[in-house]
Amino acid sequence: MDGNMEHFTQTKSSARADTASAPIKVDCQNIDVYYGDKRAIEDISLEIEDRSVTAFIGPSGCGKSTFLRCMNRMNDTIESAKVTGKIFMDGANINDPAIDPVLLRSRVGMVFQKPNPFPKSIYDNIAYGPRIHGLASGKAEMDEVVENSLRKAGLWEEVKDRLQAPGTGLSGGQQQRLCIARAIAVSPEVILMDEPCSALDPIATAKIEELIDELRERYCIVIVTHSMQQAARVSQKTAFFHLGKLIEYGDTERIFTNPEHGRTQDYITGRFG
Amino acid sequence: MLETFGHLPVAWLLFAVLAAAAFMAFYVGRTQAVGIARGYTSQLNSQPNYHGYFVAMATIAPAAIILFLYMLFGESLVRAQFASELPERIRALGDLELGQYIDRISEHATRRDATATGNALFDAASDRYTNLVGLSRIAAILLAVLAAAGGFFFGRSRLSGDFRARARVEDGIKFLLFLCAAIAILTTIGIVASLLFEALRFFSRVNVFSFLFGTEWNAQTGADFGAIPLFFGTFLIAFLAMLVAAPIGLFSAIYLSEYASPRVRSIVKPILELLAGIPTVVYGFFALQFVAPIVRSSATWINGLPFIPDGFLAAQPTSALAAGLVMGIMIIPFVSSLSDDVINAVPQTLRDGAYAMGATKSETVKQVVMPAALPGVIAALLLAVSRAIGETMIVVMAAGQRAQITPDPTADLTTITVQIVALLTGDTEFDSAKTLSAFALGFVLFIVTLIFNLIALRVVKKYREKYE
Amino acid sequence: MSSPTEGPANTGSFVTEEALQRLKKRHAAEARFKLYGQLAIGIAIVALVALLVSIFGQASSAFSRHVLSYDLNIEASYVDPEGTRDPDAIARNVSGFNLMLQDQLADEFLADDADRNDQRELYGVFTRLAVLPIARATADAPETIGSEQIFNVALADDIDLFLKGGVSARKSVEIGTVAAGEGSTEDGVTLTLASQDDAEKLSAALTELTRTDVDDAPAVALIKAGNTWYRMESSEGRNLSLTYLAGPRVLPAEGAEMEALVLAQSQENRTVTDRQIAWTKILQTQGRVKSVLNTSLFTNSDSTYPELAGTAAAIIGSLLTMLVTALLAIPVGIFAAVYLEEFAPKNRLTALIEVNINNLAAVPSIVFGLLGAAVFINFMGLPRSVPLVGGLVLGLLVLPTVIIASRAALTAVPPSIRTAALGVGASKTQSVFHHVLPLAAPGIMTGAIIGMARALGETAPLLLIGMVAFVAEVPDGPMDESTVLPVLIYKWSTGAERAWEPQTAAAIIVLLVFLVLMNLIAIILRRRFERRW
Repeated sequence: MDGNMEHFTQTKSSARADTASAPIKVDCQNIDVYYGDKRAIEDISLEIEDRSVTAFIGPSGCGKSTFLRCMNRMNDTIESAKVTGKIFMDGANINDPAIDPVLLRSRVGMVFQKPNPFPKSIYDNIAYGPRIHGLASGKAEMDEVVENSLRKAGLWEEVKDRLQAPGTGLSGGQQQRLCIARAIAVSPEVILMDEPCSALDPIATAKIEELIDELRERYCIVIVTHSMQQAARVSQKTAFFHLGKLIEYGDTERIFTNPEHGRTQDYITGRFG
Repeated sequence: MLETFGHLPVAWLLFAVLAAAAFMAFYVGRTQAVGIARGYTSQLNSQPNYHGYFVAMATIAPAAIILFLYMLFGESLVRAQFASELPERIRALGDLELGQYIDRISEHATRRDATATGNALFDAASDRYTNLVGLSRIAAILLAVLAAAGGFFFGRSRLSGDFRARARVEDGIKFLLFLCAAIAILTTIGIVASLLFEALRFFSRVNVFSFLFGTEWNAQTGADFGAIPLFFGTFLIAFLAMLVAAPIGLFSAIYLSEYASPRVRSIVKPILELLAGIPTVVYGFFALQFVAPIVRSSATWINGLPFIPDGFLAAQPTSALAAGLVMGIMIIPFVSSLSDDVINAVPQTLRDGAYAMGATKSETVKQVVMPAALPGVIAALLLAVSRAIGETMIVVMAAGQRAQITPDPTADLTTITVQIVALLTGDTEFDSAKTLSAFALGFVLFIVTLIFNLIALRVVKKYREKYE
Repeated sequence: MSSPTEGPANTGSFVTEEALQRLKKRHAAEARFKLYGQLAIGIAIVALVALLVSIFGQASSAFSRHVLSYDLNIEASYVDPEGTRDPDAIARNVSGFNLMLQDQLADEFLADDADRNDQRELYGVFTRLAVLPIARATADAPETIGSEQIFNVALADDIDLFLKGGVSARKSVEIGTVAAGEGSTEDGVTLTLASQDDAEKLSAALTELTRTDVDDAPAVALIKAGNTWYRMESSEGRNLSLTYLAGPRVLPAEGAEMEALVLAQSQENRTVTDRQIAWTKILQTQGRVKSVLNTSLFTNSDSTYPELAGTAAAIIGSLLTMLVTALLAIPVGIFAAVYLEEFAPKNRLTALIEVNINNLAAVPSIVFGLLGAAVFINFMGLPRSVPLVGGLVLGLLVLPTVIIASRAALTAVPPSIRTAALGVGASKTQSVFHHVLPLAAPGIMTGAIIGMARALGETAPLLLIGMVAFVAEVPDGPMDESTVLPVLIYKWSTGAERAWEPQTAAAIIVLLVFLVLMNLIAIILRRRFERRW
């Protein structure tokens, strides 16, 4: 297992050298997901570019969230779920049983549909990840990590005076940005966002979208969204899912202006969904 | 005839009569309603059956109320009347002895095969008592019959085409349902009233402070009523029990809700619940027969170690430790199933949040799930403590009778519940300080467990609201 | 923002040796944590198994017991001295039967010059009241008087315990044959063993069984030679000097088989004497000691003799009490639940009732006993020790359980059922009684049975209302003095003789069987009728 992990960590650095033109960060090959006997994802292959925002769109229950959860192996936490196929991240197959999901998840952050701050202080929410992974060696360093993360999430100015207040006391939009800050704090390479704005009002949504646009420069971001406008606004690439299948995948601009598939066209123009 | 009534098992008879009256009233009411409708029952506001129910209800309700009142107060009325007829010299005996005298007479009088004792006054009094009982019964029955007849005619007079019999009947049913719900309240009132009443009588003889803060307890001789040793024993044993139950119950709950596969869960959970279904007297036997000897021999072994002073541990045949250990086993399912509930109530999104950060399962449990579930877990532990404090049979059988304060868990200690049982088993007269002290102890027990329960239930409720 | 090259490059700490070490530690902590959980469950299960095994182990000896199958000569002079052949008089004449059995045993086992102590020792082999069945059987068939009949007479509890391996640690040793014998049964006998090996075997067994932690408590040996039993007083090489105990009063012939029974305790330190053991052994060799199923455990009522005590009265008492409990708790509980779930207005009184019910469910059971003693017995003047009062107390005790279970079952019925009924013009009451209640019935019954099972095992409150009284007769009705199973268990467990222990364990098993049955019914109800909406 150690050997495998080394492979995983080494290839990462070798892939990083090649950053010139939109390198592939995540390469999914023939992914199937079963919930018990039910096949939720059918044979999806997809390449996701680094330093860009990729949007997954599609009607409810099309499997886009399930597919997203493959990328940090969150499906492992569901008893009945079974994932087959290969997902290469910087050349290493993360579905390999030898890969430790704990290590994987420290490199692939995730933001959920409903803001889910831990019932702790704002500070501890951010510090949680660095603490368990041992990323900061002292109080000063931790303070710095917390401040940096909150700044990157655009929340620092709003909360700097009440870092010890409970995270659950923030407004919905603030909570979600706190969750983003929490994900950033462990310096991930990929950030998965599962409908991060669905529980927020338009103003908070606008702030999060702005934030996503800024984060794009540093991270590979994959976002699942219900809102076509949001996908059009924030993403560079868009994948359209339907009934567990990937129907179409390409540049966002092209998908929204000139989709190849009739079904994509129908969905985008609001004829179903 | 009065004597016959004085002896008869009237209750069963009355029940039959009431049932028959209800049936007849139903039939009459129904027939009358059909008559009013002249065959077009759909013209009626309510179906004929409901008219029947209404008349039946109107008939038996007043009679039932009268009989119920008789059951409650009949005997005390008879006794009061009887006491006033007794000769002056017996009445001069004072309430206590007069009460005992009447008790003897009533016991003698209710024995059907009773023969004359030869004591002229006693026999005459006994006969008179029987007569009075018979008289009171006849009076109650006559009153009930009158009330039933009145109710019956009143009910009939109300029947008409537009009479909303169904609404009335349903009101009656609703009232009956309410009464049933109110029994729960009545029970609590009964508990508080009886405990408080007897406890106050106790405190009129024994100083409250010497009871609550005294350190000598010799209730059997009626000498000392300092309850501190009992409180100490109770809490020491509850503490020992929690030392067993809290970690085992909590870790079981965590394992079952976070780690175990559904299959393991479906097998282990019922097994743990089995522990809760075993009667406490069985645990008591287990504690007495198997655990106490082990505790004792272990204590003797420890005493025999070279660096331990002689007689370091008491090593008694019954001990606080034996009772505490077994009680802990008994309480495991309370802790585990309640904690299991609250742990499961922690939303999955919180766990997902932690997993997505790269936390391991145990880190998620320790740093996210448990802090979130903490109020619920504390409530579960409080309920378990309350259970341990109020548990009776295990301590009665395995803890001992000696009221003493010692931190040595292998000594025999006594508890509140043990003393209540000891004081109230066997012949009890309700007028000695010894008997009454049991109620004072019961009152303390009730208040303490009530406080624990109230806090726990409130915390649980708040906790549920937070995640629902 | 910063330049893209800076990007996610700050992940160095993951690839370091230190980070991998750290990960290893975290996984170890994870494994440890999981192990704690498994340990906790393991301990709980082991405790349960220990409890059940110990009780079943104890009880196993109580389900069979030893009787003396004795051919009694039913002599009229003892059992019917007046010659009336009146069955009632015969059945009541326990002392006559007793005397008859004693005399016939004495004829067989005691010398003519036996004194009172000898007699008392012999008569201790069986229980005085053990002749009761004989008296009854004879009363039923007076024509058997004067003939010889074979009866099973219960052996005394200590003898029974001895035969089951209790009373004293022991070891049987074959010691070959008699080489020579001298002396007389009156003044002591000296027997010589045929082989030195056997003598060594015997002394080895004696040393083995002698306790080392107590001074001056050597093991003793009972020696059988031929059909006669002796106690060994001392030995010298192959010569054993013996005292006669029981059996034919003749010196054993040369070559007679010998056997030694070595006991760890001398008769001063045990409940069965050497002679009683010898008599029992002789009876056993004659095939007159039998092990029979202890049916008296189920057919007899309580007794002060463990070997005669049974659970019959307590079982009936429990049933009567449960009847009263069910009549109170089930209808009232269901109605209260229906009111709270379907009709109660949302006001402070309702809220109070709800809090109250939840609290009541957690009130210690003994407090209900105090309530019963103060209200039902002291205030209302109901008699002590009767199933009516016990049932009322237990009814109030399990009422909250029934209410809570019934409410859960009612809540599980979807609102659509109610609206559908209201939609066709049913009144609220009709919708509840015609539709909701029948659908909730299986759940309610499950809850009710579980509540009743709890009541069946409850002990403490019943002690306070006097159900601990000694009741030797099966109660006739709810106003008759009686006791219940768990209280009987408590009482038996406090019995002084060792024989009460297996008896208590057996009573526990009877109680557990009832509980298991009730829970099985509840499970079957749930499986059979459970509906998922």
